[in-house]
Amino acid sequence: MSAIVEFQQIRKNYRVREREIRALDGIDLAVEAGEVFGVIGHSGAGKSTLIRLVNALERPSGGRVLVDGEDVTALDDAGLRALRQKIGMIFQHFNLLSSKTVAQNVAFPLRIAGRRDDDAIAARVAELLGRVGLSDQADKYPAQLSGGQKQRVGIARALATGPRILLCDEATSALDPRTTRSVLALLDEINRELDLTIILITHEMQVIRSLCDRVAVLHEGRVVEMGAVSEVFQNPRHPETREFVSESEIVRLRRDGGGEAAR
Amino acid sequence: MMEILTGLPWDEIAEATLDTLLMLGISMAFTLVLGLPLGVVLFLTGKRQLLEQTALYNVLSFVVNVLRSVPFIILLIVMMPLTEIVAGTSLGVQGSIPPLVVGAAPFFARLVETALREIDRGIVEATQAMGATTRQIVFGALIPEALPGIIAAVTVTAIALVSYTAMSGIIGGGGLGDLAVRYGYHRHQNDVMVVTVLLLLVLVQALQMFGDKLVLRFSRR
Repeated sequence: MSAIVEFQQIRKNYRVREREIRALDGIDLAVEAGEVFGVIGHSGAGKSTLIRLVNALERPSGGRVLVDGEDVTALDDAGLRALRQKIGMIFQHFNLLSSKTVAQNVAFPLRIAGRRDDDAIAARVAELLGRVGLSDQADKYPAQLSGGQKQRVGIARALATGPRILLCDEATSALDPRTTRSVLALLDEINRELDLTIILITHEMQVIRSLCDRVAVLHEGRVVEMGAVSEVFQNPRHPETREFVSESEIVRLRRDGGGEAAR
Repeated sequence: MMEILTGLPWDEIAEATLDTLLMLGISMAFTLVLGLPLGVVLFLTGKRQLLEQTALYNVLSFVVNVLRSVPFIILLIVMMPLTEIVAGTSLGVQGSIPPLVVGAAPFFARLVETALREIDRGIVEATQAMGATTRQIVFGALIPEALPGIIAAVTVTAIALVSYTAMSGIIGGGGLGDLAVRYGYHRHQNDVMVVTVLLLLVLVQALQMFGDKLVLRFSRR
């Protein structure tokens, strides 16, 4: 395996009312091609900034981001657009266009990439909607869909141009537990079948446990722990990691306890 | 009752109605052509937007505010020399178009800017993440998403233009307002004034209903 995304000595500062805020402070990470890489952290840890560095929605204050060996920070506008067309992204609040139908939303990245062949676009859209299980919803508008269906449209849209990398920004945080499981199952399926590298950020342990191969724990702009998911959570060394582990234990106990009471 | 109705100068009322509709239609068309791009530029150059240009934004915003703060009646008079150059005359339907457009376009541009600001930033971010150019973001995402808001802005602007056209009657612009002033004010023929006001009311009501229908038709949220 080789690294498809590399963060090298990444720093990111924001100026908020004359004060420097350090969002990321010396991040070194390498994501291997084909893996599902999770970044977990509480809000304000810098994960949202980190994932946006990959497709240059955010620029680092220092350091380099390499995608397929190419320095993202050195790209010109045209190069940047070409890169972005090869990276899919899904969002916590889906960010679908309310004025377009499901099919038009999925076709949108293809149109942006300059595809003009309507028949080819329609065929591609049908294929993608089939993959996410929404073939019968093609002519609906996003407002007519449930949260889980909206995220499936988001996934179909992100896959439209056949990217090798999928970025997931808290993709299941707005969904209920059952819908979360079905969306995670879909992501797992496309990771295996399409040989797609997935980078996801979350604050939910369950997402990391059920989907990721490796995990990095982000705390105050630094990676405090990293490794295979099973290792990191069986032997958590950093207090932040232990906190995530115990939080998920509490959730599990509560769920089991609730089940007992109901019986 | 019939005597009152037959006694009215109907041919003049018909001509004035037509003039009002002409002024409204032509000035609205120019207002759209000038105001929509201006509104988009105001939005894009604003703080934390795609093409943030604080200096340009401040200049445009100031010009818009100046034009919006001048009472329309003053604008009519001040613009007369310029109107003669642009339209060839400062009288009649033709002469009323430039001041109407200058009065309405900044107002419309501000409404367009506001409608665009209502769009969730996440939509712009998602479109950027697809590798879209600014042009593609504007025409593919922002304007379609803001369309109901932009249609509502057109409705409000058209109705403002109706009252502006009535005012332009004062400097010989023609139309229903001119008629109301000539008969109602100068000759104390109140029946003509009442009829013109009723016609203006019908026009405003029709514009609002039509606009609301269109907004509903294009709202998918």
